[in-house]
Amino acid sequence: SDPRAVNVDLQTDATLQVDISDALSERDKVKFTVHTKSTLPNFKQNEFSVVRQHEEFIWLHDSFVENEEYAGYIIPPAPPRPDFDASREKLQKLGEGEGSMTKEEFTKMKQELEAEYLAIFKKTVAMHEVFLCRVAAHPVLRKDLNFHVFLEYNQDLSVRGKNKKEKLEDFFKNVVKSADGVLVAGVKDVDDFFEHEKTFLLEYHNRVKDASAKSDRMIRSHKNAADDINRIASSLYTLGTQDSTDLCKFFLKVSELFEKTRKIEARVAADEDLKLADLLKYYLRESQAAKDLLYRRSRALVDYENANKALDKARAKNRDVLQAETSQQLCCHKFEKISESAKQELIDFKTRRVAAFRKNLVELAELELKHAKGNLQLLQSCLGVLKGNT
Amino acid sequence: MAASSDRNPPPFPAAEDPEPGLVDPADGDSDEGEDIFVSKTNPVSVSRGVSQPDRGAEDPPDLFSEEEEASSTTAKSNGVHSDDDSDLFAEAHMELNTDKPGSSAKKELSASSGPRSTSTSTQSPAAMQPTSLEQLEEEEAKDSFDVDVAITNPEKVGDGMNAYVAYKVSTRTSLTMFRSKTFSVRRRFSDFLGLYEKLSVKQSLHGCIIPLPPEKSVVGMTKVKVGMDDPSSVEFVERRRAALERYLQRVVCHPSLLQDADVREFLERDDLPRALNTQALSGAGFLKMINKASDAVNKMTIKMNESDTWFEDKFQEVEAEEQQLRKLHAVVDSLVNHRKDLCGNTAVFAKSMAMLGNSEDNTALSRALSQLAEVEDKMEQLHQEQAASDFFIFAELLSDYIRLLGAVRGCFDQRMRAWQRWQEAQSTLQKKREAEAKLLWANKPEKLQQAKEDITEWESRVTQYERDFDRIGMTVRKEVLRFEKEKAKDFKSQIMKYLEAMLQSQQRLIKFWEAFLPEAKAIA
Repeated sequence: SDPRAVNVDLQTDATLQVDISDALSERDKVKFTVHTKSTLPNFKQNEFSVVRQHEEFIWLHDSFVENEEYAGYIIPPAPPRPDFDASREKLQKLGEGEGSMTKEEFTKMKQELEAEYLAIFKKTVAMHEVFLCRVAAHPVLRKDLNFHVFLEYNQDLSVRGKNKKEKLEDFFKNVVKSADGVLVAGVKDVDDFFEHEKTFLLEYHNRVKDASAKSDRMIRSHKNAADDINRIASSLYTLGTQDSTDLCKFFLKVSELFEKTRKIEARVAADEDLKLADLLKYYLRESQAAKDLLYRRSRALVDYENANKALDKARAKNRDVLQAETSQQLCCHKFEKISESAKQELIDFKTRRVAAFRKNLVELAELELKHAKGNLQLLQSCLGVLKGNT
Repeated sequence: MAASSDRNPPPFPAAEDPEPGLVDPADGDSDEGEDIFVSKTNPVSVSRGVSQPDRGAEDPPDLFSEEEEASSTTAKSNGVHSDDDSDLFAEAHMELNTDKPGSSAKKELSASSGPRSTSTSTQSPAAMQPTSLEQLEEEEAKDSFDVDVAITNPEKVGDGMNAYVAYKVSTRTSLTMFRSKTFSVRRRFSDFLGLYEKLSVKQSLHGCIIPLPPEKSVVGMTKVKVGMDDPSSVEFVERRRAALERYLQRVVCHPSLLQDADVREFLERDDLPRALNTQALSGAGFLKMINKASDAVNKMTIKMNESDTWFEDKFQEVEAEEQQLRKLHAVVDSLVNHRKDLCGNTAVFAKSMAMLGNSEDNTALSRALSQLAEVEDKMEQLHQEQAASDFFIFAELLSDYIRLLGAVRGCFDQRMRAWQRWQEAQSTLQKKREAEAKLLWANKPEKLQQAKEDITEWESRVTQYERDFDRIGMTVRKEVLRFEKEKAKDFKSQIMKYLEAMLQSQQRLIKFWEAFLPEAKAIA
């Protein structure tokens, strides 16, 4: 299935198509091959590829956030950092414990972990791709110069990750933002639409956050149970090979069954992860981006109101009136511009969200059914054989 | 005097086919008997303890009269009436069918947790006198276990720290040795421990695999004493009740144990005297006893020279199997815990989805999310039942057999100790003979009489101990055979039940998601 469309419902546009055609995992980093097809005149060729790393995606995202021109848009959320730590740790532990298990067990577990590693890898590719696709689909952002450089410039962009000082600055900025957020949230909006959106987004974001964390925990338990069934299958196999009695044959058959059902269970957990957990995670980030937009609009409103007050004062004192008027007009313009695009953005956000949830919930239900029926069939046929033998 | 036996019994006759009258549906197990014996068709020498009717002078009549009595009484008491058999069967079938998805886990599990034997015998072999081990095997195969026990109604008696739980022990039987066909008594946990203690010290039962009662649990019982209502206490009591039922069912399924007066008293007597000294007994305690005996045997300096490797091979098999079952049990335990985690996490997730649905402002999506929350709630229920099934059907089966295999090892050790006793007696006899010779040479007639008496005494002891050793060997062989059949039957039936539970779980899962799918599709 098209990974691009996983969490967003995007129209494919022939004028600019972006995807990640390849990815390579090296020790500490992942190298993504970003592939572009475009009929736009801005690019030197119609089709080209470059190699990018995670930091460069972050650079691009941050450049959007810092650009005043884009204050009125929901900035597509940045993809999360590729995290193979847990997986790598497990592989290492497996290596250490090699002596304590049979060759079959070791091989099996190694295959499991390799599959897990691959799954994480595929996910991180998908998430980076979605980010680029959202940008490419956005009528304004797609024209951004940094974006084009990102897509086309085939050298390293030399964007180092933020150093300590910069990270600290970011931290304080966020603290101030949230303090502001409290202030600003208190101001009741004249516009009903935005008032509703503010209330809605604040609550929605928190609940998505909660649901996302809990879905992760649930799916992890599911994976653990599937792993146990794997080990049970191995153990039954060992018991079954001790001898050739009827009971041993029975054990072998049951072991075979468990081997198959646990593959299905593992797939169920993986699909739940993809269709449910990832969906929730994505909308956690998008709802945050939407909140950021509302915040920017509120700031602009505050600035506008302050400018109004300053103008009144200036008029009263009859000093620097022109200056105050210009300032007020700028603020007004900025606020109105943001409000206008924000409204559309928020409407689009809702549309995208509903479509994405629909797609994923339907697919989730269909996959759950597919797997349950698969399991059922395995169990029925195995029980049939076992009953027939006794 | 040889340190080990050098008697060469004639080779084993080929195993006979089991009688056509056998109706046992689980009869793939009779292969196991043949496995053991067919391969020994042409042995040069067979293990000790196997006696043939046409052997030399020494002791066959005694051995056989013993065996004959045992098997004839067994045969008599197992005189089966076909109507009762069909009752047993009907009962067994009914239990399977009533495993409906909606029924409470407790009810399902308590109804079918016992290792009920469904073997039947349509003919009483009372007329036959078994003259060979194969025929003894056939006895085993034909034994019908005409006693059914159930343990129900756990009730707390008394208050505070002296409180205990009393269980209703109901027996249903057609055997005439009992006072009536159905009856029940109330017993407490220490009564069961007391029964085990009585059985395990009996000389006549040496070589028998005596089932082990469940473990004591100070923590579990303290919780129950405080109050029986919280979920962990309920689970503890149910676990114990089921374990006691399986224990007792195994006891009454054992043909020799069923004959024992203590067992009958346990089942029938209204006022059973309190078992004392059970404070010292516990599941771990029993195994410690068995292991201590094993250690003593291992430290034996005179190694037994087995002319037949059956005992050694079987012992190693048992050890290997016990180890493997322990591993499996550990994993199943892990599964139970992860399943319980999954249960809790699913419930929590369901709530959070419901909350999310509430705040979603698109109506159709909001409704779909609420429906998803309900599906997840139902999944929690499923996981709960699956965890119970994992535990009560699978994990408990494994822990029962780990302990039983320990008991099997125990009876091998008893045989070794019998052998040791016999060897020691032989060496004492030798010493006495040497002493007599010395006295003769030293010409001390006064002491000679005593020496002669000593010799006579020890001669008879040697004979006795040799006989004991032979007998135990035979018992062990018979017991192991019976045990393996029971084990195979038990494992098969329990695991199939486990798989059936899984199957029903999947069926319900399908229903849940099928109901949800249209809701998801309706999102617009």
